[in-house]
Amino acid sequence: MRSPEIAIDPATVPGARSLVRLQGDWTLRALSYRLRSFREQLAGRRDDAAWSLTGITRLDSFGAALLWHAWGRRWPECIEIPDDLRAIVGRVAASAESPLPRVRRFGIVDAVIVLGGALLSFRDHALDFTRLLGQLCLDLAYLARHPAEWPLREISANVYKAGFKAMPVAALVGFLIGVVMSYLSALQLRAFGADIFIVNILGLGIIRELGPVLVSVLVAGRSGSAMTAQLGVMRVTEEIDALSAMGVSRTIRLVLPKVIALTLAMPLLVLWTSSVALLGGMLSAWLQLDLGMAFFVERLPQVVPLANLVIGFAKGAVFGLMIALVACHFGLRVSPNTESLSANTTASVVSSITVVILVDALFAIATRSIGVPR
Amino acid sequence: MSASPVIELRGIVTRFGATVVHDGLDLTVHRGEVVALVGGSGSGKTTLLRHIIGLTRPAAGEVSVFGAPLFSGSVREQRTRRRRFGVLFQHGALFSAMNVAENIGFPLRELRIATDAEIANLVALKLSLVELEPATALLMPAELSGGMVKRVALARALALEPELLLLDEPTAGLDPDRSMAFVELVLSLQRQLGLTVVLVTHDVDTLAALATKIAILSDRRIVSCVSLEETMELDHPFVESFFRQPFRYRAGVGRGGAR
Repeated sequence: MRSPEIAIDPATVPGARSLVRLQGDWTLRALSYRLRSFREQLAGRRDDAAWSLTGITRLDSFGAALLWHAWGRRWPECIEIPDDLRAIVGRVAASAESPLPRVRRFGIVDAVIVLGGALLSFRDHALDFTRLLGQLCLDLAYLARHPAEWPLREISANVYKAGFKAMPVAALVGFLIGVVMSYLSALQLRAFGADIFIVNILGLGIIRELGPVLVSVLVAGRSGSAMTAQLGVMRVTEEIDALSAMGVSRTIRLVLPKVIALTLAMPLLVLWTSSVALLGGMLSAWLQLDLGMAFFVERLPQVVPLANLVIGFAKGAVFGLMIALVACHFGLRVSPNTESLSANTTASVVSSITVVILVDALFAIATRSIGVPR
Repeated sequence: MSASPVIELRGIVTRFGATVVHDGLDLTVHRGEVVALVGGSGSGKTTLLRHIIGLTRPAAGEVSVFGAPLFSGSVREQRTRRRRFGVLFQHGALFSAMNVAENIGFPLRELRIATDAEIANLVALKLSLVELEPATALLMPAELSGGMVKRVALARALALEPELLLLDEPTAGLDPDRSMAFVELVLSLQRQLGLTVVLVTHDVDTLAALATKIAILSDRRIVSCVSLEETMELDHPFVESFFRQPFRYRAGVGRGGAR
């Protein structure tokens, strides 16, 4: 590799042109070290100098593009260049003539289009979601008639993955939330001398509200995203198409097991998390308020009606159903590129958490007169 | 300088768990050669290519590219060495979040030495080099056909003016017509730009048209690395099954058609 050089012979006679001689390898690799100074030396002297390119040993298209743009995309008036190099520069020049089409600038019309597109895509989502729901109902009807085809293994695998494996993290989060809630309430209750009501607060709060919602957020982040990503990658790699080609229903084999498994596993996870959170609250109450654990356990069923536990379970099942449905809905919408995969996974988690909180509000309204002692 | 080989593999050993894929493999590729790497399925052709690119490292042995070990020298030197070769992956490996022009311009933009106008110019040049319309520039990879993906990937591999081109199954997934057109394209580029090419292929037509040398990977080694004519003379079970039988079969079909 010969390093590229620019030799400038100043004009001998006043009024004559100076001579710029280019030498060595004018290739991307050779040029990259001293490109900045070369650009400065070449710039703006197309017609006030005579050019000699006979000393160039190698010229690649990058070197040619560099020269062509330094010349302002025109041939200098006075140039000495071998034919093969002229051909290389000529090719670059020709492609500079036919520029790439430009991406259109974002205008006001595009803003309207984006807005309309968002509305239409909302309609699309709603339709798709309804279709998925309908398909699942049809599948259930089909499975009721053909009990041998229940995807029991898949359901069991999903219960293990989404339910059992989530137990440690759910326990940790539940325990800490229980401790924190109990500690903060204890400080306030002691001021009023109402220590004993900590059982009511923790019992109602955790069993009815906090347990199900907490688990839902955890599961949406943990299992919902995994489901979307799994279905998405299966779409990208055409595995879902392969299933369809074999005559295996993708909803029965992929979607239904996830939905059923999460609907079954979530109430159990809620029970588990609520118990651990209550344990944490109990511990904290014992340390803070000197409230005996035995007393806590004894008093809990007296102040928290059984209906709350049922509501907690029901919430768990419904939230699990919603999370799995939303996750599968977005997973099946992934188109085969990385951008779409990431966008759909994000949308899946955000939507399922939003849906869970909306449904929780509905629950709160619907069950406002059930299980709350007055 | 031109005397030193472009690629030199010495005593390469590769293991995947207990299976030995390469066992003391040697291969030398000189400047301007087009070497086709052939071998049965699972014989480790693509793995060997990945060793040359530096994506994987052999358990033992040395990979030298452009006269120096692949992983020698400073980070900067290693990077510079890597930029001297372009790779065409089997499925193109285009960045799906970028359009065609951004894909081709990406290596140049990463170097941070070319201006936007120069990049646009060079992208247009590479597009015309691989015989694609300028209008293709705004398409996303998902909108391209298989043959176009290969062409765009080739254009991207050529973006940094490589001296060495590594092709993994360049014609896999293309119909015979397209694959011949692609082979002719590679061949004309190789002549135009004076490239050294190493390709992995299963396609006898491709290597017959392209390769100046055929390296046969069998029994965990390169058993021969000679021209097609000399390869046909070899007495080796792989040559028999890979080269002679297809020709015989085709001859039979030809006769059947003439009858």
